[in-house]
Order: sequence, then C-alpha cells, then structure tokens
Amino acid sequence: MTGDRRPPLVWRLVKGFGQFWWDFLIGDTPELFVAALVTIGVVAVLSHLWHLNGVAALALPVLATAALVLSVRRAVRGERRR
Amino acid sequence: MIAVVTGSTGVVVLVGAVFLACAVEMVEALTIVLAVGHTRGWRSAFEGTAVALVVLAALVALFGPALVRVPLSVLRLVVGGVLLIFGMQWLRKAILRSSGLKAMHDEDAIYRAKVAELASAGAAQRDRIAFVMAFKGVFLEGLEVVITVLTLGTSAHRLGLASTVAAIAVVLVGIVGVVVAKQLSNVPENAMKMGVGVLLVSYGTFWTGEGLRVRWPGNDVMLVGFVALYLAVTWVLVAYLRHERRTREVAA
Repeated sequence: MTGDRRPPLVWRLVKGFGQFWWDFLIGDTPELFVAALVTIGVVAVLSHLWHLNGVAALALPVLATAALVLSVRRAVRGERRR
Repeated sequence: MIAVVTGSTGVVVLVGAVFLACAVEMVEALTIVLAVGHTRGWRSAFEGTAVALVVLAALVALFGPALVRVPLSVLRLVVGGVLLIFGMQWLRKAILRSSGLKAMHDEDAIYRAKVAELASAGAAQRDRIAFVMAFKGVFLEGLEVVITVLTLGTSAHRLGLASTVAAIAVVLVGIVGVVVAKQLSNVPENAMKMGVGVLLVSYGTFWTGEGLRVRWPGNDVMLVGFVALYLAVTWVLVAYLRHERRTREVAA
C-alpha cells in the first residue's frame, strides 16, 4: 500500500535529475552561477555584437577572477558572522 | 617526385596534427579522471571512464558521420560554462581551507569513517558526482578526438592512419598518466583540489571563449597563461586572507 503513495517513477527521475544539476551548478554558491551567466552574456555581446575580440578576450578572465574574489569575500563574511 | 614529396608532407602533417590533438585531449581527459579518482575514489572514476568509452564507441558506430556536423562551439560553450562554475566552486573551497577560514579535512578520521561506511554499504556504493565528472570529462574530450580524427582523416583520405595515430597517442599519454598518478597520490588533498580548481577554471575560461568564438592571442598557449593567472590570484587571495586572520587574532 505504501508504494501507491510514492510519486510516479518518471516524476522521481525528472526531480532527481533536476536536483542533481541544481546541486552541481548552484548549491551553496548561487553567486558563481549567476556570475558565469553574466560573464558569458557580456563576452557574447562584446564578441558578437560589438566585434571587440581583444576586449572580450580580456573581459572573460577578468570577470571570472572578479567572480571568484567576490564569492570568497562573501564566504569570509559568512564565516565571521558565525 | 613533387607529388611524392607533397604526399609525404601531407602524411607527416596529418600524423603530427592528429597525434598532438589527441595527446592534448587525452591529457585533458586524464587530468579530470585523475582528479576525480584522487579526490572522490577510483572505482567511480573508472566506471565513469568505461561507460563514457562505451557510449563513445556506440555513438561512433551509430552516428559516426553525423558527429562531424555537431557544432563544436556550442559544445565548448556549454562545457566551458560548467567547468568555469565547478572550478570556481572547488577553488573557492580550497582557498578558504588554505587560509584557515574553513576546517581542513581530518584524513585519518575521514579514512576510518569511509572504511566503516564502505564496509557497511558493501560493493553497491556509488559516487554519482565522481561518476558523472569522469564520464563527462572522457566523453567530451573523446568526442573531440573522434571529431578530429574523422575530419582530418576523412579529408586526407587516410582515416585508417589517423585512427592508428590517435590510438597510439591515447595509449602513450595513458601510460605517462599512470606514472604521474603515483606521484600525485602524495599531494595533500587541499593542494590537489586547488590545482584541479585552477585547471578547471582555466579550461572553463578557454572553452567558454572558444564557444563564443573569441580568438585567443597565441591560441592554445593562452591556456598556460590562464593557469598562471589563476594560480597567482589564488596565491594572493590565500596570502591576504591569512594575513588578515593573523591581524584579527592579534587584535583580539
């Protein structure tokens, strides 16, 4: 009888798949996920729309570095609050 | 005579290009597999690798000609983005641990806990993340090897030669990787994670740019530049955070 209360297998698989990718990409560092999307967006605009290849090549590692520094800073603040 | 020389040159260029391309891709795949094996366990790493090879073989057999038409830029953009995020997550954690703001792993305690856990869980235990990481690393790099061999080999009408050269490159790099793995096992876990984090972010940056059709100065050499950049950033962050922590402790 307890088996009837469980969600359908397909739903559980879809939910597990979504949960896995959520934990894998976002987890406890949503700022890194957002930063990666922003970085890709900015570089895409620089490279494709404005055709500034040199600026795009520079912006990508600079934005990634900035994201890492900000995320570490956020974690340090969180640790100190504890 | 001219035709023979041109043909020989063509073969040499083909062999050189396929060998180097496959060796580079194999090194990249091996880096990911070694990192996963060292940090998450070899069983899942090998399983992920084996399944990826089987899936690759099946894909080649089923969709061989179609694989050549898969847009590599889209693949590289997606993989680059994922590696960028995942690498930064690892690097962030390693920086916090090195600077003393996050507790280091107690290897002895973890070892004892793992042994107890594995003893109770038996052989059915699986590490999903390790499996997926190894699978993705080998699958995506392998896909690039397949595309390289198919495009270069087919265009030169020497697919057999290209495949043989690719196999030699893969075996050679694999043997070197096994030798290096024995040395890597002595590296402390956090240093290992930091190194992998630097490599993942470097590859992530490079592939994201390639996916967005950014032309890197020096092409593949830029990867070395990214490794140097992220190593420097990591070193500065760790040094700064350690200094700040000491200053706070003295003030307290």
